[in-house]
Formats: sequence, C-alpha cells, structure tokens
Amino acid sequence: MYRIDFNKLRFLICDDNPHMRRILRTLLHSFGAREVYEAEDGATALEMYTHYVPDIVITDWSMPIFDGLELAQMIRQPESKGNPYAPIIMLTGHTEKRRVTVARDAGVTEFLAKPISAKGLYQRILNVVANPRPFIKTKTYFGPDRRRNTTNTYIGPERRGSGEVEVMQQPSLLEKARPGI
Amino acid sequence: MAKDKQAAIEIKSFGTHHVITQPNPLRRVLLRVPESDLDDPVGRAEKALAGLSGEFKAWMTIEADRLSAAHAAVQLDGFNNETRDELFRAAHDIKGDAATFGYPSAAAAAESLCRIIEHAPDLNAVPADLIAHHINAVQAIVRERTKLDTAVVAGVLSKQLRGIADEFLTRANRDRPEHLEAILAPSIVPGE
Repeated sequence: MYRIDFNKLRFLICDDNPHMRRILRTLLHSFGAREVYEAEDGATALEMYTHYVPDIVITDWSMPIFDGLELAQMIRQPESKGNPYAPIIMLTGHTEKRRVTVARDAGVTEFLAKPISAKGLYQRILNVVANPRPFIKTKTYFGPDRRRNTTNTYIGPERRGSGEVEVMQQPSLLEKARPGI
Repeated sequence: MAKDKQAAIEIKSFGTHHVITQPNPLRRVLLRVPESDLDDPVGRAEKALAGLSGEFKAWMTIEADRLSAAHAAVQLDGFNNETRDELFRAAHDIKGDAATFGYPSAAAAAESLCRIIEHAPDLNAVPADLIAHHINAVQAIVRERTKLDTAVVAGVLSKQLRGIADEFLTRANRDRPEHLEAILAPSIVPGE
C-alpha cells in the first residue's frame, strides 16, 4: 500500500473565490501539505508558478480576465523557461462533458467537478503522483497523453501517424527549471 | 520541492507526434506503508472541513448577496459584457460551493441560472421574472435554511425553476443544435 508524503509536495492553488481557496488550503494542510501557495487569478498564478515551481497546480476554470484554461495553456508551453510538465488539476463548477474535453485538450491532467470532497481531491492527487502519463507533442497539442486506456481496444479514428521512431535523450526540463536540485 | 535527482527525458519521435517520457519526478513522495497503516488523510481532511462548517452560513450569505448585487447591476444597466460576466460568475460560484456549504438546492438553482446565461441566444429577451425568480430562490433558500421543513420545499423550488428554464432554453435554441445538445446533455456529476 502506498501513501503520499504530502509535506514534500509544493502546491499552487488558483481560485478567485476566497471561500474555495480557504477550503482547498484546509484540505491540503489536513493531508499533510506545508507549502501551499495561493493566487486569485490566472495571471498571478502564472507568476507564482514560475517563481515557486510547484509540484502540483490546482486551478478553478472560471475566473475574470485570465481563466484557468488559459493558465493551463500558458503552463503547457514546451519551449517555456518553466516546467511545462507539472500536473494540473482543474477544479471547477463546470459539469458538462464537453468542458472536460476542452480542459483535456488544454493539457489539464485531472478534472474534478465541484462540489469538492476530501476523497475526490485526494484521489486526483494520488493519481497524478503515482500514475503520471507520458506527454504528447503534436503540431496542435502539448500535454499529458489523452489516451488513458492502455489496452488495444481504441476504435476511434487513428490520428497519430507512426513513421520511424527516433529516440533522443535530453536533460530534464524540471532540472532546468529548478537549478541546484 | 519533491527533490529527485532528475534523470533524462526520453523523446520518441514519430511521423506526426513525439512521445515524451521522464522518470516520475514525484516518485519519492510515494511511501510504501504496511496494510495496517492507520493514517487516514481523507478522514482527517473531512474532520477539518467539518471544523470550518461554522463559517458556512456566513459564507453562503456573502455569496448570495454577491449574486443579488450582480442582478441589481443587470436591472440598472441591462446586460452587457461586464454585468453578464459578473452575474454568471456569482451564480457559477454558488453552483460550485453551495453544496459544500450545506445548501444543495441553492447550488441547483444557481446552476439553472448559469445555463440560462450560457445558452440564451439573447439575454435581453429572457423574461426578467425568470432571472429574478432564480435570484429570489437562492436568497430564500439561504435565509430559510434553519427551518425544518425548508429542505424539501427548496428542492421542489429548484426543480421547478430548472424545468421552466430548460423549457425556455429548449424553445429558444431550437435552431441552434450545438446549444440544444449541451442543454440536453447529462451532467458528469453523479446523482444530478
């Protein structure tokens, strides 16, 4: 059985609603997290993301000016100086399936519909910590593999061309983002 | 924060895409514990949330008042980008938060209002009473929650509002299939 050592994780939460931020902070501290940074809009969150280099981002979707979807898109810039691979959990009041698809296509790692529960949040965090997915880069997408099903039962159109496989080793971008670690 | 020695990222390049794999940077925060481990972070968090519940009534009142203020701005200036967005955000926050605060019927009424704002082809053509009834319902549910018989009444009220709103939206969007599909699609939240 596995447990998460929360006190070694650094969180960034972004929600314009102060009550929801308080609830999130309370839940994360109760799990054992010590480092929880808070932003009330996407622009501030992006600055904090670059500055604090969090391990996990939890963001609301609907916020004024710069929303959670745009935040996810800004983080998932493969050429950016920061870490484009951090897990992003979108915690939102949007509960329509098409929204899940839009969030997924923006590079969101996990989707958690409100109302929030301790169990739901813990499970999402456990999933991003224990089961990270490879990243896919195409002309129009950069983010975690959107195919969660690893069996060969996919029956939709094949959008990924195969071609020759070329393997390159590169230094970790997270290492680049956190010099000295 | 999670201090791993970072191993190299492996990139496999295919015709149309790259598959990028790196050793799990958060692996070291995973602790193997015996099955008998009694630590219960979820239970601890639920207790902490219950400890906050004394503040929920005040928080819900603030949220409901924000919704009423946004509605008052609409009544004063009509719907424009600013008034529409603020009314939507106020309703959307209640939709997301109210169940956590112990007001699930307020969440349902707020969701119905969100759907109107999101899917009505012309907000200025929405009957003013339809919007006002949603605002009044949220206020009434918050105000009257402590009375024993209000939970059932609040549930019925929210359901009726949703029925009327859906009827209006279905009619108003009969020539807009993408909206109609979204209106009729089931929620991803179980039990709704």
